[in-house]
Amino acid sequence: MSERKDLEVIARLVPQGARVLDLGCGDGALLAHLRDQRGCSGYGIEIADANVLACIRRGVQVIQLNLEEGLALFGDASFDVVLQLDTLQHVRNTRTLLRETARVGRIGIVSFPNFAHWPNRVRVAAGRMPISRALPYRWFDTPNVRFGTYADFAALAEDSGLQVTDSFGLLDGDIVRRWPNLRASVAVFRFERRDAP
Amino acid sequence: MATVGDVTPQRMAFTEALPLRSGATLADYTLVYETYGRLNADASNAVLVCHALNASHHVAGTYAGQERSEGWWDNLVGPGKPLDTDRFFVVGVNNLGSCFGSTGPMHPNPSTGRPYGTDFPVVTVEDWVDAQARLVERLGIRQLAAVIGGSLGGMQALAWTLRHPQRVRHCIAVATAPNLSAQNIAFNEVARRAIISDPDFHDGHYYEHGAVPRRGLRVARMIGHITYLSDDSMEEKFGRALRAAELGYSTHEIDFQIESYLRYQGDKFSEYFDANTYLLITRALDYFDPARDHGGDLARAFAVAREHRFTIVSFTTDWRFSPARSREIVKALVDNRIAVSYAEIDAPHGHDAFLLDDPRYHAMLRATFERIAAEV
Repeated sequence: MSERKDLEVIARLVPQGARVLDLGCGDGALLAHLRDQRGCSGYGIEIADANVLACIRRGVQVIQLNLEEGLALFGDASFDVVLQLDTLQHVRNTRTLLRETARVGRIGIVSFPNFAHWPNRVRVAAGRMPISRALPYRWFDTPNVRFGTYADFAALAEDSGLQVTDSFGLLDGDIVRRWPNLRASVAVFRFERRDAP
Repeated sequence: MATVGDVTPQRMAFTEALPLRSGATLADYTLVYETYGRLNADASNAVLVCHALNASHHVAGTYAGQERSEGWWDNLVGPGKPLDTDRFFVVGVNNLGSCFGSTGPMHPNPSTGRPYGTDFPVVTVEDWVDAQARLVERLGIRQLAAVIGGSLGGMQALAWTLRHPQRVRHCIAVATAPNLSAQNIAFNEVARRAIISDPDFHDGHYYEHGAVPRRGLRVARMIGHITYLSDDSMEEKFGRALRAAELGYSTHEIDFQIESYLRYQGDKFSEYFDANTYLLITRALDYFDPARDHGGDLARAFAVAREHRFTIVSFTTDWRFSPARSREIVKALVDNRIAVSYAEIDAPHGHDAFLLDDPRYHAMLRATFERIAAEV
């Protein structure tokens, strides 16, 4: 979520004053925004040294952890919101982390590059892997280990017992609600555990 | 980089008895300390530095006319350094029971007139912190901006937030643990047995015999030293390198460089460290366990520290106090919704890394202190 407009769209999904856990919080920009603009508190999780340092410089509480090891540090429903923004595609145990997100937070918000965005489809139809703003890497040097589509995630959420309470696409910071699987470069899902009270 | 320059240790005598965790009291005592930088008008910029096993109040700067007399954390503390003495008033204090000036087992026991020896009361991390709190108060500091320490010093930093929560705002605990593991205690016990079984120990009253249990101290230090280094750094530094060209086919002469290094460390240590102090300090390590008073629940222990901000740092190759131990502390804080940042520094040096100037580590601490400085 490097783009300012995307960041503000996501921030609006987070209730005022919420306790937030941001998985893969990067340089802490969103958490600082949520703290300053929406009175939120909580922690960011990061693995990269430079990002941990950037968070500390901003006064964002950050915990250096590898998300592949899960969220054992955090109790059930200990956060109002767990964010997993632009993180899903970097993690191998996608499903475990999704379940952990739903366990630790009352609300989960996930965003990731939508592989089914039409320019990507065109590029694949032409026989090449897509390169775009949301998927800026070449196939052989990408840090992404998972590629999925808006529609794929909807199916995974269903399969994982998650109740999707809102979902939409993003394109250049604008919300896309009509045909997001085709028209959006980024997919956003807001969900709760289906068995949640 | 600039240093704080030449410094002079100071002494403060306390006549009010100090009640100890053991139930004993220390009737009167002296603490030796050093300060760097200036206390600001509202006394809000003070940072206390707590020392680990073999260090002292001499945190930074040098002693006039003494070669290689830099303080033990001189790379961190000084003008323009991560803990910047242009902005903070930094206090280093020598703990009770130590052998660097504060009241300890080599000093006269007022009830007998003889040196305390092993009659010096067993002091705990909490007792040290209580004594430090009195010193801080006498220096005119109602609330510390921060308390920082590594290893055993980190335990003191944590204990400050539990014992005197109103008197400190930020806790920085590096390469530490919420208590010692069985393995940690085992290493301490071997070190203590080495000292106590030295014929020169004389039940701890060796001062009167004009003796020093050097052999025991040497072995104790050799054992300790192994736990401060990572397997990798030892391998890289020494490997199987030999001191001579060929094997000596001797069971007691030095063949390997690592043997030579450990013996050197042991010899050096036995020249300046006190055996009774070693016993006391390793025991203080063994006994530290803030969860114990709360049914083993560390989160409950930290419930009193809700208003604090914590910075916890560990090093990936530290097997003495591994990152997993630091994560236990982080979990207890998170369970209480306490503000905490945690960094796991990928440094190769093992436990000793907390004394070195790894750039990622120091950048982290610099950023932390810059945030703290902005508030004072």
